[in-house]
Amino acid sequence: MATNNILEMRGITKTFPGVKALENVNLQVKEGEIHALMGENGAGKSTLMKVLSGVYPHGSYTGDILYKGNVCEFKDITQSERLGIVIIHQELALIPQLSIAENIFLGNEQAKRGVINWNDTIGKTKELLKTVGLNESPNTLISSIGVGKQQLVEIAKALSKEVKLLILDEPTAALNEEDSENLLNLLLTFKKQGISSIMISHKLNEITKVADSITILRDGKTIETLDMVKDNINEDRIIKGMVGRDLTQRYPVREPKIGDTILEVKDWNVYHETQDRKVIDDVSMYIRKGEIVGIAGLMGAGRTELAMSLFGKSYGKRISGETLLNGKPVQMNTINQAIDQGLAYVTEDRKHYGLILMDDIKRNITLTGLNKISRNTVVNANQEIIEAERFRTKLNIKTPSILQKTGNLSGGNQQKVVLSKWIFSEPEVLILDEPTRGIDVGAKYEIYTIINQLAMEGKGVLIISSELPELLGMCDRMYVMSEGRFTGEVTREEASQEKLMKYMTKSRG
Amino acid sequence: MESLSKLFKSNIRQYGMIVALVLIMVLFQILTDGILLKSLNITNLILQNSYILVLAIGMLLVIITGHIDLSVGSIAAFVGAISAILMVDMHMPYPLAIIISLVIGGLVGAWQGFWVAYVRIPSFIVTLAGMLIFRGLTMVVLDGQSVSPFPAGFQRISSGFIPDWFGGSDVHFLTIVVGLALSLILIFTEWRNRLTQQRYQFDVVSAPLFVLKLVAIVAIINVFTYVLATYEGIPNILIILFILVIIYTFVMNKTVMGRHIYALGGNEKAAKLSGVKTKRMTFWVFVNMGVLAALSGLLFAARLNAATPKAGVNFELDAIAAVFIGGASATGGIGTVIGAIIGGLVMGVMNNGMSLIGMGIDRQQVIKGLVLLAAVAFDIYNKNKAS
Repeated sequence: MATNNILEMRGITKTFPGVKALENVNLQVKEGEIHALMGENGAGKSTLMKVLSGVYPHGSYTGDILYKGNVCEFKDITQSERLGIVIIHQELALIPQLSIAENIFLGNEQAKRGVINWNDTIGKTKELLKTVGLNESPNTLISSIGVGKQQLVEIAKALSKEVKLLILDEPTAALNEEDSENLLNLLLTFKKQGISSIMISHKLNEITKVADSITILRDGKTIETLDMVKDNINEDRIIKGMVGRDLTQRYPVREPKIGDTILEVKDWNVYHETQDRKVIDDVSMYIRKGEIVGIAGLMGAGRTELAMSLFGKSYGKRISGETLLNGKPVQMNTINQAIDQGLAYVTEDRKHYGLILMDDIKRNITLTGLNKISRNTVVNANQEIIEAERFRTKLNIKTPSILQKTGNLSGGNQQKVVLSKWIFSEPEVLILDEPTRGIDVGAKYEIYTIINQLAMEGKGVLIISSELPELLGMCDRMYVMSEGRFTGEVTREEASQEKLMKYMTKSRG
Repeated sequence: MESLSKLFKSNIRQYGMIVALVLIMVLFQILTDGILLKSLNITNLILQNSYILVLAIGMLLVIITGHIDLSVGSIAAFVGAISAILMVDMHMPYPLAIIISLVIGGLVGAWQGFWVAYVRIPSFIVTLAGMLIFRGLTMVVLDGQSVSPFPAGFQRISSGFIPDWFGGSDVHFLTIVVGLALSLILIFTEWRNRLTQQRYQFDVVSAPLFVLKLVAIVAIINVFTYVLATYEGIPNILIILFILVIIYTFVMNKTVMGRHIYALGGNEKAAKLSGVKTKRMTFWVFVNMGVLAALSGLLFAARLNAATPKAGVNFELDAIAAVFIGGASATGGIGTVIGAIIGGLVMGVMNNGMSLIGMGIDRQQVIKGLVLLAAVAFDIYNKNKAS
């Protein structure tokens, strides 16, 4: 039986202690296609790819992997790479202190008897960089280029291994629209050259743009494989497959009840922490009670810097400007002052800045508000359990116990823990930085519901997001940021993706 | 039985430590023909290891915050030297000298805490510098000589025993009474905790298991105090240790400050953004270490009845080993006071036992090194299995 499948995974089952991560999963990828692997967080996409690439060695799972018609039993990642299967993980595996060339040939050094031929290395790197369209010197340090370019370096590294099947795990999660666009075009170019790709992504618009076929996983099982052209697939159809139901409404409906101004910022200026340049330039804004305000902007526009500088000056130097809470000027020079004044900041990077991963759910939830459950600084451990249980029920944190380590939770549940922590601190204004990054569609809806509920309780909410549909779906009003300045302000009624994009790309005249 | 094995599995690290300690004790009890657990030797064990255990408590906090302190041995020697100058040369009353010494320890800790917390120099480097600086200053203060003798009252802190008000002849009666009193307090608090937990409708261990646990602990306490009572009774130093363990366990488990220290060690950035004053916390952890190092130095000087330039050499290594054997994580965020104490006792019993069977100091070092490595390897193996 001659097939044009480059890869077939048959009946893959993989169990972890207590959990069946994959159950009888099948995946077929045709030669020279872009195959999207979709599913909610925890559906088993990354696990499947780790089985494929040999991160989980043969024997730790059951089922067969056929690559170009041959059965493969990879014991580690080098064996799969030798056959041209290269995986690029969500968290980039580059070493910041080394140069682009050194990173590309790391573990694959152009050497003879252990002595590196640097001319060869540099020369080959130049060629590779040209192929991926990255205009940087091979000697540039990784730490001095942005995430978008780093992603390209990863791809160049994959190419250097003569990749036949490229696996990308959420390649655009940390990229702005422009870099994402570049990357997707690059994948299309590769396709023409006969390189097949498997792409894991949550971004439906990207999938519909580049993918030839889609395999959907749910709860560790294959749900269906769709052919983009033959089956005439649209975004709603994919969502239906992923969540197993029709999500008619991707954003919960809310009747805004907007009150008085709660937080006002005037003439806010912030300088970069180490360089002598302004990252926030004369920003003025306000948030009202019960209002959800969005900040749109490309990566590097200064959105996170603005949020963190407001939150107790936790970012930036030489900060000037005025902050008013409920009409009264307030000083928020430290994080504790900001928290005391009723500010909360949910970070964009929950693993590194939001959670103590080695601690359990309970301790993470109560960390900021410990004073509420303690007397004379002694924590009431019983009260703490009750509060944690309350949030587990209220925010629907899916976990067997509040004593579960947060490091073991899925992205959506981790985000719910972070939100619980800040809701428990009883803030008046919540700044949510990329609140649904890396979270699956089902959990996103839950997070949106929580955000709406907060607004209904009269809190002011500020959402920073790179996903324009999210802002359009959630916010009453949006500010648009570009190069550290506010370039536009639009209400929900007058907003559109095109309009936001125009302001976002507006550069200094 | 099922709940018992579940309880054991979920706390394998803690119980594993206790089991290891018991096994080591049994081993040396056999090898030494029963000398190890004689009342005289038990008393000696406590006296010999007290200063390391005091250091281990402070070191635990430092290690939980993700730092290390290599200077504690030098600080102990330095403070011991100053106390000798105050008491022996200047004839200062010893309570006042103790207070001044502890304050100096705190100031030394503040000096190091400043560099670590506010200037953000890695603690390894700051305390390596401190190790040299304070060892050198010790020699300067003592002019290279040993200074002695200390006042009798001061010596009694490390070598004295609690008085026996009841005048028991063969057996130290007050010691027995203390054992019984502790048992009653323990039963009462455990019972009260159980009631509150039931009132909150939490799951509690089954009644037979609860009783079994209490009986076991009460038995251990009373056998221990009885053994002490057949010699001279409870050493003063044990009282000091006991109070420290109670206070630090309470602070680390029950107070906001303790939580903040764990959070800081677990993820400093996240803790900071959650409102933990990370710099101030780190600073105070080092101040605390300084004070405890000073106390350790005083205890050692009192026991030796002399301040010497060589006091406290390698104390830091024993204290660090105790904390890691006791289950603390090298990356911070994990560790318990009780664990550090048990870790210290493991080292102490091994030192004592190996000396009793006449093993050379050279081989002792090799074995201690291997035990430290094995304990941490066991820890990491367990963690990997769990995840």
